[in-house]
Formats: sequence, structure tokens, C-alpha cells
Amino acid sequence: MTLPEAIFGDQPAYQGVAPDPEPREVLLDLRGVRKTYQSGSLQVDAVRGIDLQVLAGDYVAIMGPSGSGKSTLMHIIGCLDVPTAGSYRLAGVDVAGMGEQELAHVRNQRIGFVFQSFNLLPGLTAQRNVELPLVYAGVSGPERRARARAALDRVGLADRVDHRPNELSGGQQQRVSVARALVTEPDLILADEPTGNLDSASTAEVLALFGDLHDQGRTIVIITHEHDVADQARRVVVMRDGAISEVRV
Amino acid sequence: MSWLETVRTAYGALRTRRMRSLLTVLGILIGIAAVMLTVGLGQGAQSKVTDQINKLGSNLLIVTPGSATSSAGVRGGRGTATTLTMDDAAVLADPVAAPDIARVAPTSQSSLSVLAGTANWTTTAVGTTPEWVQVRARSVSEGRFFTAAEVAAESPVVVLGQTTATQLFGVSSGGGLGGRSPVGQLVTLGGQNLTVIGLLTAEGSTAGGDQDDLAVLPQSTYASRLSTTANPRAVSTIYIEGRDQASLSAAYQQTTKILLAAHGVTAATMDFSVSSQQAIVESATTITRVLTVLLAGIAAISLLVGGIGVMNIMLVSVTERVREIGLRKALGATPSVILRQFLVEASMLGLVGGVAGLALGLLGAAVLPGWIGQPVTISPLAAGAALGVSLAIGIGAGVYPASRAARLAPIEALRSE
Ligand SMILES: Nc1ncnc2c1ncn2[C@@H]1O[C@H](COP(=O)(O)OP(=O)(O)O)[C@@H](O)[C@H]1O
Ligand SMILES: [Mg+2]
Repeated sequence: MTLPEAIFGDQPAYQGVAPDPEPREVLLDLRGVRKTYQSGSLQVDAVRGIDLQVLAGDYVAIMGPSGSGKSTLMHIIGCLDVPTAGSYRLAGVDVAGMGEQELAHVRNQRIGFVFQSFNLLPGLTAQRNVELPLVYAGVSGPERRARARAALDRVGLADRVDHRPNELSGGQQQRVSVARALVTEPDLILADEPTGNLDSASTAEVLALFGDLHDQGRTIVIITHEHDVADQARRVVVMRDGAISEVRV
Repeated sequence: MSWLETVRTAYGALRTRRMRSLLTVLGILIGIAAVMLTVGLGQGAQSKVTDQINKLGSNLLIVTPGSATSSAGVRGGRGTATTLTMDDAAVLADPVAAPDIARVAPTSQSSLSVLAGTANWTTTAVGTTPEWVQVRARSVSEGRFFTAAEVAAESPVVVLGQTTATQLFGVSSGGGLGGRSPVGQLVTLGGQNLTVIGLLTAEGSTAGGDQDDLAVLPQSTYASRLSTTANPRAVSTIYIEGRDQASLSAAYQQTTKILLAAHGVTAATMDFSVSSQQAIVESATTITRVLTVLLAGIAAISLLVGGIGVMNIMLVSVTERVREIGLRKALGATPSVILRQFLVEASMLGLVGGVAGLALGLLGAAVLPGWIGQPVTISPLAAGAALGVSLAIGIGAGVYPASRAARLAPIEALRSE
């Protein structure tokens, strides 16, 4: 079995479950994606030729040693960065043709990010932090507040809405950022080592949230070092030196 | 993102860095207040000077001896020559030859000592005709002014200014208040005994000195008893009141023409000069305007420094908040939204500084005149301009930092740790 076949091989038959009644859309479609950084006179190939397709509703874990290009790949998938070569289509649309404005719009509408270091704004309450994506989506005040409250409720932090990040534990902060990622109801949730800074109890809580989101039909791509995290995923992509070395289903 | 949200976000960001924002605002505040006060002082001084010169009388022409433009290149000091006489005044007063001249007041003056009982004082003795009161736009507060008959008769009468009266009699107008009224009293002016027949209404100081320190007497009396000049008909100045503002230049031409003919000179050998009140106002205001511009220029530099302060703090802010900017972009903020947010932050700094500076400026305008004795004029236009300028400075100073923030790649921003 060649490598591309393995990647395309996300077929129900391999997982031993019944085929979907309707064929699912290909949400992420990366072909020959490269990313080369120029640092000084040195060229760093962070990602070198990645082919990857992810169907809507999939749960993919990306593993691999530090420096193997996982974050770079995730930034490209998240439209935070554009590939140096190759093509990336998100829900059928080529990202290369989009301007800054459109990319911002895509990030806002289709993607929810969860970062290892939470990236909550320290000056804002949990509620205001969760409202942020809705602010940029132009959702009006009352609706925005209601939706942010509902999202916080969903991650079990209904009683912490007025707390600022420094008044919350690491696990709680990460749950706030999960709430922020899901408040716009995006197709895709991208998480870069979301449990890297958490203790095991918090890790379990956050992973349970991702499990729930997946059950509700969201597509999840999660970068992780931990095998328990990977075990929850439907597909594990292992990276080495900027390329995919192994795909486990 | 709505404007309300943008302003709210900007306010939140500024409040988080409260001390720094306050100090930045202080820079603008000082600049705006300094500009407002210097311009206000300049305008105050200007209107004061204009006011004082206008007090000399309306539609006024002033004829002085001495050549303003000598073809020989020799210029005597103004008034050093004694080329003007009562006869000049008489021809100028002729309504046929000079239809646009309403009144003529030939005047001679010198500084003399004046005594009343044991009190003594030095004042300006003015010898003139009854027209002087109207021409110089003065009035009599008590008693009366002298008449043409008294001029003809060389009567020993005098009308005193308020300052002179106060110095000599310890009271000014309304002598009934305990003291003796100066009217009817005898004074000795330059050794001559004169009866006080009236007091002039107080006028205040002008560019030409205290207008209330003077003793006005008939020209004939002055010439025969006090004057040191050989020619008793010589006068030092002829004040002319034009018929109205519109015909003042006609009056000016008639004056020049009549005097040239009377003196038998040409424009090149002119032995007198005519200046209008307007010209005096203009030359005086030019001086204050130059000073105002200079001072306001210095104040504007402090405002500029305040603007640089805003730019500096905004640049620091953008650098410090690279992560925040990256995150906001990751969450869907477009470059223009980020640009707008930082522009609003900078303009808030500018505008708050402007409002506070305006308040300080108005406070200064209310308090300063009491301390320094100079009027400070702050017009609504200046106040509006102060706000506009502070807002413009905020926006101007914010453009560069904001566009830097807007251009940051979200990924670079998120990476920096
Ligand atoms: N902005 C950059 N400039 C230069 N090199 C970079 C940049 N970002 C990442 N790299 C390099 O690309 C490689 C992949 O990095 P990254 O995607 O962060 O790896 P991972 O997330 O798997 O640890 C590393 O060698 C890293 O040093
Ligand atoms: Mg990484």
C-alpha cells in the first residue's frame, strides 16, 4: 500500500462501521503542500510535500517529534499561513486565491482554534473572551452575549463567566478557549497540543469536550504528543521531518 | 465590528495601561493648553491695543509736523519741527475746501507741574479748542468743557483728567463723597493760576499712556501763558475727525492737499505727516501678531512633542500586543478592523488630551488675567480648533503604528512568545 492510498483510505470499510448513508464532503484537501521559511541565509523546509484529505466529521490526530512541522501544517490548515507550494482547498475552495480579508472571514466562520497556551486576552472576562469571534462576525450585543453564555455553559463554566483568565485554573482556561472555538459553530476545530499544559484530570475534561464535539459532527484536527489523546481519534497522522511518515486508522 | 465595539475595545486597552495613557494624554493636554493660552494672550493683547487706539477717537486723522518722506534724506523726529499752526487748523475746518472733515482740534502739549494747595503733581498740559472733546471721543463727567468764547478770551480755565484730579484733590469725580469737588478750585499749572471748570470721564490707559492724566485748557491760554515756542500760533498736533468711516480716505486726501497748498510745498518736500487711526492700529497689531505667532509657534512645538508621544506609545503598544493582534486576527479580525482599533485608540488619547487641554486653557483664560493683568481671549473657534487639532494629532500619530499592527501576519504574531 502506497502512502497516498493510505491517506485516501479513510473508508468506512477500514473502520469496520457501516457506510454513511450519504457520502461525506471532503473538508480539507492538501496536495503537495510545502512551506519553506527563510531565516537569514538559511532555508528551512518546515513542511515538505504533504498530501492529506480530511472528510467532514472526521477526527484526526497529528503526532510526531518536536520540530517535525506539525504546527506549521496546522497553521496552513487554519488559514493563518499560506503554503509556499502545493494547493490547499478548504471545503472545495482554493485558499491560495483568497486575500487577507477573505482569509480572516474564513477563519472567523469556519474554524475554531485551541492553542497550547490558551491565548485568552488577560484583560477580558471569560464571557468577553468567548464573545470575541462573534464580535468580528458582526453579531449584535444581546445575541452575542447569549451565545457566549451558552458556549461557556457547554464547557461547564456557566458559573465562571465574569472571571478573568488569571482567576481560572489552566484546565478552566482551556475550557474557555474551547468555548471560544465552538461559539461560532465552525465546521473545523483545530487544536495545537491543547492538553500540553494541563494536568491529567484537566486533560480528561478537555478531551471529553473534543469527543462531544466530534459526536456532534464537527471535524477535529488535534496535534498531540499523548497516546491517550491519539487513541480517541479516528485517524492518526504521524509526521517526521516535515512529511507524513505513517497513517494509523 | 461595530464602532461601538471598536471604541469599547480601545477604551479597555487604554484603561489596562492606565498610567501610561494618562502620561500620554498629559503631553497633548499641555500642548493644547499652551497653544490656546498663547494665542489667547496674543488675541487679548491685540484687542486691547486696538481698543486703546480706537479710544483715541473714531474716524481720526492725526497731523504731525516733520517730514515723513524727505527728499533731502534728512528726517527730523516727528513733531520736532513747528510747522503746524492754528491757521492750518482754520483752513482744514473750512467745509467748502474740506467737505469730508467734520471737526478739527489743533493741540499743543507739554509736561508741566501742577499745584493745588500743598498737593503737587506733574501732568500733561494740553492746549486745544472745544472740538477736542468730540474729536478725541471724550466726555465731561462733572462741570463743563471750555467754550470757543473762552478760547478767544484766553480765559484762565482748565479741565482735569481723573488721575490728575485725584492726585491734586484726593478725590475724583463726585467730590460730594466727603472731599471737596475739584470743580471751582484753583490750580497752579506751570506757574499760572487756572480755575478748574470740569473733569473728564475716565478713559483708562492707551498705547499713548494714561489718558486720564492731563489738564486741558484753551489753546490761546496755553500759547500765551505756558508755551515755550516763539510762535504763539504754532501747535504740535492737529486732530481731525472725518465725516464717517467711508469718507475717511477722502478726508485724508483733502487734508494733505490743503496743507500742501497752505505750506507751499510739494509731496516731495512735505513738512508734515498725516496718519490715520487705522494705520496706527495696523502697525500696532502687526507687532502683537508677530509676537503671538512666535509664542504660539513655540507652544505648537510642545503640541508636536505631545503628538510624538502618542505615536511612541502606540508603537510600544503594538509591539507589546503582537500576540493579542495575532489572536484577534486568528479569530477573524480583518486588517482594516485592526487598523481601525489602533487608530481609535490613538485618537482617543488625542481627543481626551484635547478636551482636558481645552478645560485647562479655559481655566487659565479665567484665572490668568487676574494674575498678570493681561486679557486672554479664547474664541469658540479657537476652542473648536483645539479639539479638531488634538483629534487630528491622535489620528496622525496613530496611522503608522496602526498600519504596522494591521500588516502583522497572524502567524508571526501568534508565534512570538
Ligand atoms: N517562522 C519561522 N522561521 C523559520 N523557521 C521556522 C519558522 N517556523 C517554524 N520554523 C521551523 O520549521 C520547523 C517546524 O516547526 P513547527 O511546525 O513549529 O514544528 P512542531 O510544531 O512539529 O514542533 C522547525 O524546524 C522550526 O524551527
Ligand atoms: Mg508545535
